[in-house]
Amino acid sequence: MIEKVLKGKSTYWMWLAVLGTFIAIGAACYVRQYMFGLGLTGMSRDVSWGLYISQFTFLVGVAAGGLMLVLPYYVHDYKAFGKITILGEFLAISALIMCLMFIMADLGQPLRGLNVIFFATPHSMLFWDMCVLWGYLLLNCLCGWVILTAERKQVHPPKWIYIFVYISIPFAVSIHTVTAMLYCGLPGRHFWLSAIIAPRFLASAFAAGPSLIVLACLVMRKFANFDAGKEAIQKLTTIIMYAAIINTFFFLLEFFVGYYSEMPGHMHSLEYLFFGLEHDGHVYNNLVPFMWGATLFSFTGLGILAYMKISKVFDYRLVGVAATLIFFSLWADKGLGFVFGGFVPNPLNEVTEYIPTANELGITIGIWATGFFILTLLYKIAVGVEHEIES
Amino acid sequence: MDTKRRKFLKIAGAAALAGIGAPAIVKLTSSAAIASEAVQHETAAHGEVAAATGVRLGMVIDMRKFAEQPELLDQAIAACNKVHNIPHFPDRKNEIKWIWKAPYANVFPELESIHKSEMAKKAPFAVLCNHCDNPSCVKACPTKATFVQPENGIVAMDFHRCIGCRFCMAACPYGARSFNWQDPRPFIDTYNAEFPTRMRGVVEKCNFCGERLALGLEPACVEVAKSAGAMVFGDLNDPDSEIRKVLDKEFTIQRNPAAGTKPSVYYIV
Repeated sequence: MIEKVLKGKSTYWMWLAVLGTFIAIGAACYVRQYMFGLGLTGMSRDVSWGLYISQFTFLVGVAAGGLMLVLPYYVHDYKAFGKITILGEFLAISALIMCLMFIMADLGQPLRGLNVIFFATPHSMLFWDMCVLWGYLLLNCLCGWVILTAERKQVHPPKWIYIFVYISIPFAVSIHTVTAMLYCGLPGRHFWLSAIIAPRFLASAFAAGPSLIVLACLVMRKFANFDAGKEAIQKLTTIIMYAAIINTFFFLLEFFVGYYSEMPGHMHSLEYLFFGLEHDGHVYNNLVPFMWGATLFSFTGLGILAYMKISKVFDYRLVGVAATLIFFSLWADKGLGFVFGGFVPNPLNEVTEYIPTANELGITIGIWATGFFILTLLYKIAVGVEHEIES
Repeated sequence: MDTKRRKFLKIAGAAALAGIGAPAIVKLTSSAAIASEAVQHETAAHGEVAAATGVRLGMVIDMRKFAEQPELLDQAIAACNKVHNIPHFPDRKNEIKWIWKAPYANVFPELESIHKSEMAKKAPFAVLCNHCDNPSCVKACPTKATFVQPENGIVAMDFHRCIGCRFCMAACPYGARSFNWQDPRPFIDTYNAEFPTRMRGVVEKCNFCGERLALGLEPACVEVAKSAGAMVFGDLNDPDSEIRKVLDKEFTIQRNPAAGTKPSVYYIV
């Protein structure tokens, strides 16, 4: 099957070349960081996690989002997802590879990474996160490959693979729950110390992952002659809509808790993210445009989806716009605001803002490009098999 | 320093370095362990903080004394910086701090009030690692590179095991941890060959001078500040220790006790 990545139209090669360029830039930036240290990033003593960890957190969600295809197809036998379930599994693979790369980019001593295994520490949530991320990655590689091979030979997949498919369902939930537990078990950070973090992460994941799959389907419909089917896309938009609404609801609950109780610790981060935090006569507000942008994107995207459901119209362009808006709103919410906001103010009630450096952005974009490169190759294989069966 | 006290420090420190000497510690603190048990039985209030058993090194910082002699805290900080090869970075982003100064409002944000004493308004407070009984940094560390020394309760670091994930920095409710964002060595003012420098990419913080205790010396900051009575250091579990006498007599406060970490540093304000 792997030979399918070697044959493609010129658009395919151009797309890979563009991604390859960004990967090269990212690699060069990483070499610089490796030689000098994390001082080349915008992170500081006060904001000690930056873009790497926030992208990692967001992408764990994207990986878990594949569950929204696996669950209806394998548990509820929802046939319309038959063609695209493999896309969910392959998205999870590339998202998890990005996660692991972001973790490695963030380590101060990357060569000591294996210490997490040599000195396994079950009371650290990072240990469990490593276990579930690797577990989910291997499960998706196994299930995706075996099922696609069977599909190509036009036979039923072997029975034993379903054991792993069903195991992968709780695993998808676990990867994002454990990632939430990295944050929500820390006693000194009010913004993160909330039992709703894990459910909110899952809700946002179940909207962000499917949004990306919808976008990929639209792109492949145009460029790769792959039609996921109207019914499947419509069902996905319904899933996205409900998940995004639940995420918004959970977020508003955080606002209620903070602003009704008026406990300073519960308000400060929200104030910093949405209104700007005044501190010693200076207003710190560099994330405010992102958070209101996310709010606007989210409501506009939801509005478009609701309009399509109510007036029973279906338009691929509108679906594309809505999925893009929702994806970026969730990215700003979890891929920026959640992590950076949690560090403001610091435990000594001081405010330091975080602004990523160009080198850091280069590495971040490079890792995203690597993920999309892998995703493109995997989808090329999936679509190639699909075309082979049709012919 | 009386001989008994010097002997105690030496044993506690030696045990800390070698990771042995448990029998000596047991002998030293057997009465203390019984005493803290008795205290536990007496108190029935919900949420009462139970003391850990064994040697539990702690510190009392008397801010009244520091306020009287403003230069004293600077001297104590300078002593620590010198002994531990702490680099001096001009920018806030790269700062490495083991013990430093901060206003009351920043050290005790949850105890902040509108009407407070002149001293609380003006005097800079000493801030350092609390060497908690229940440290959240130790819980968070995925490699046990930061750990509680069972012999004396010091929250220590293994700079050679730390992978630089900075989970401990996110976990510490006191902002006591610093990260080497770049090679710190060029930024060390005066090099002390007795203590290792750090490489880039690892976390560090106050170690209660475990290396000095092993030589029978007191922590560097305490050595500077003790003559004025501004810092008292010793075993919190020994009812006859100097620190316990001070704690029995004076009302003290701790940083963010609601975090449940049971700090070992007490403040007299």
